[in-house]
Amino acid sequence: MKIFSTDHKVIGKQYLTLAFFSVALGIVLSLIMRFHLIRPDAKISWFATLWPVGATGGIMTPELYLSLMSIHGTLMVFFVLSTAPQGGFGNYFLPLQIGAPKMAFPVLSMLSFWTTFLALMALLASFAVEGGAPLSGWTAYPPLSALGQVAGPGQGLGMDCWIVSIALFSIASLMGAINFITTILDMRTEGMNLMRMPLTCWGWFVTAIISLLAFGVLLAAGILLFMDRNLGTSFFIPAGLVVSDQLQNHSGGSPILWQHLFWFFGHPEVYIAILPGMGIVSTVLSVFARKPVFGYRAMVYAMFSIAILGFFVWGHHMFISGMSPYSSIAFSLITLAVGVPSAIKTFNWLGTIWGGKIRFTTSMLFALGFVSVFVSGGLTGLFLGQPAIDLYFHDTYFVVGHFHMIMGVAAIFAIFSAMYFWFPKMYGRMMNDNLGQVHFYLTFIGVYAIFIPMHFLGILGAPRRYADFKELEFLAKSGILQRITTYSAYCTAAAQLLFFGSYFYAKWRGPLATINPWDATTLEWTEPSESNVVNHAPDVYSLPGEEKDFVMQSDQ
Amino acid sequence: MSVVETIQHDHAEVHDPHQQHHFATAEQQQDASKIGMWLFLVTEVLLFGGLFVGYIVMQGRFPEAWKSAHHHLQRELGALNTVVLLVSSFTMVMAVQAAKLNRRKQLIGNLWVTIICAFIFLIVKYFEYSHKYHEGLLPFKAFYSYTGPQVPGEFHFFSFYFMMTGLHGFHILGGIAVMLWILKRAYAGEFTSQYYTPVDLIGLYWHLVDLIWIYLFPLLYLIS
Repeated sequence: MKIFSTDHKVIGKQYLTLAFFSVALGIVLSLIMRFHLIRPDAKISWFATLWPVGATGGIMTPELYLSLMSIHGTLMVFFVLSTAPQGGFGNYFLPLQIGAPKMAFPVLSMLSFWTTFLALMALLASFAVEGGAPLSGWTAYPPLSALGQVAGPGQGLGMDCWIVSIALFSIASLMGAINFITTILDMRTEGMNLMRMPLTCWGWFVTAIISLLAFGVLLAAGILLFMDRNLGTSFFIPAGLVVSDQLQNHSGGSPILWQHLFWFFGHPEVYIAILPGMGIVSTVLSVFARKPVFGYRAMVYAMFSIAILGFFVWGHHMFISGMSPYSSIAFSLITLAVGVPSAIKTFNWLGTIWGGKIRFTTSMLFALGFVSVFVSGGLTGLFLGQPAIDLYFHDTYFVVGHFHMIMGVAAIFAIFSAMYFWFPKMYGRMMNDNLGQVHFYLTFIGVYAIFIPMHFLGILGAPRRYADFKELEFLAKSGILQRITTYSAYCTAAAQLLFFGSYFYAKWRGPLATINPWDATTLEWTEPSESNVVNHAPDVYSLPGEEKDFVMQSDQ
Repeated sequence: MSVVETIQHDHAEVHDPHQQHHFATAEQQQDASKIGMWLFLVTEVLLFGGLFVGYIVMQGRFPEAWKSAHHHLQRELGALNTVVLLVSSFTMVMAVQAAKLNRRKQLIGNLWVTIICAFIFLIVKYFEYSHKYHEGLLPFKAFYSYTGPQVPGEFHFFSFYFMMTGLHGFHILGGIAVMLWILKRAYAGEFTSQYYTPVDLIGLYWHLVDLIWIYLFPLLYLIS
């Protein structure tokens, strides 16, 4: 296998490998944080070995906790959720599903992966540089992120690594987006008109459009932040700021400007993570319920509505930034309006499985799990979207629980669903379904056990990003919630070992798969030698009076 | 390396040598290139869009400083550069047209004029920058030493001035590099009325670079 391959299948697997590595590291970081939250005074000798400065004598400093949190968030949001569903499965399956021999620009695909790889290296390098990894979270709010070493140990070179990493990631995503959109518009096979594309392709298409419009703004913001830090401009740093007892020599910049620029990217980013998952789940539900997708066109339009509305709601992250209450109301109304297309999608998913002859494969279970966590995570979004309630919930664990459900867990469930679904196509072997079922139930119960207590913590007022809560008397009795969360996190993380074990076993030793093991209809399940002229919609199932209960897109 | 392999072609079949194998027809490939270029231009608009938003926010904070600071810019030089870029856009259109009509000499001539205009633009910019540098207006830690009368916030005006014109300047530089490469291919006679996609694409890019300047010029030089 060539390293700098331009084959879209190889690139897809490279993206998935990168995401696997990132998710494993991200989980380990979160476990260390969860451990610290229930035992803040514990002396762990290997902490001291790993972080001689951040954990002198084995006791973790709050700064180290923050740096772990920042890298956890950045890894998960960028290198897992924005990478696996789009760069991974998208690169691999988009050309196959639309019947194109390759992506439109194979060299661009290759460059886009390797730029992402460089971005990951730049991020990880921040652990090794003086001062360690940055402290300012994946949102990197100034002035903390703009001042340099004076603002904290990781805010020196580590923060510069972060900016370089995010700038590279933006460029890679822009290259990917250009490639995806061009491929879908220009490379479809004969008969594959837009409304015959599987909903997975629509998911990748809409996501690519969002990336195309969002990442350029993040890049611009990153350049400005980099200049503030290294060239002495004051785009984001206000005058008269005293940090670590030193008056900062800056004048008149606006930290809020960063928040506007960042969230103009940051909110669409949430949909970059979730929309490919919506496409995957729509397809998987239809395949295993043996029914056409309920309301195919409505699904497509709902995706576009979510994408468009997503560009006008960034202010709901900034209700407490001192913005005018009138703006807050406008942002709030548009935010709540996102609930409409989301509900259309949810009801259509239910309509798709309604009365179907459901096959409860692991992939199907994860797709159903996706619908479940999407609803539970979405409901708390209705609380946070209203300024009056958000004033209380802002920056509490309620928010942490909310976005982990809707953005993290939902997207991860879609990735699992896609992995179990497409594994036979990618490796020619089957994953073990019994193990998969156990993996699903443990994970499904586990994520609820982790994130529901977080909502209660948030209602009690527990602030996010605190390394420990000893000093906060009003939280004195909430230790039980912290412990439930931590122990559930341990168990859920352990359950993922099942997945990795099953994955690698199946890859080398699994039973051989047939060409179309799920009786699916889309083009990736045809023999490579067959014609790929498309004659049917992507989801023709259970036609009355027919012997076979499905019609392939390429059937006559 | 694999990159080279995919670009090089197996010439066993008779087909347009510029056509890559994964495209069914040359038209499809041309469409892909054009769509790709337009999408790239969208990302450029959003990149500069982010900076323009920053500019507007800061201008709202320091309207007086914006008015007073822009007097340091040499309006005549800015106007001259605007004309130079407009001329270069015109010759770029002529170059594309010449390629379309198979007129190699005209293509080469127009590309040369465009490149020369781009250089004139950069030379004028160099004089503007060095003038400001000597006045102490370079808004970076070690350089901003201007002590004359100024309204608070002028520093920010110059931050945006250098940031935006600088990024725009890099786009001009990149454009020159690509145009020289295309010029070399034009000398080699690679472009015909059947195949002139690269000329077409650099044309699109050059118009966007021109267009961004058309916004920068009034926002920075004519703000009062």
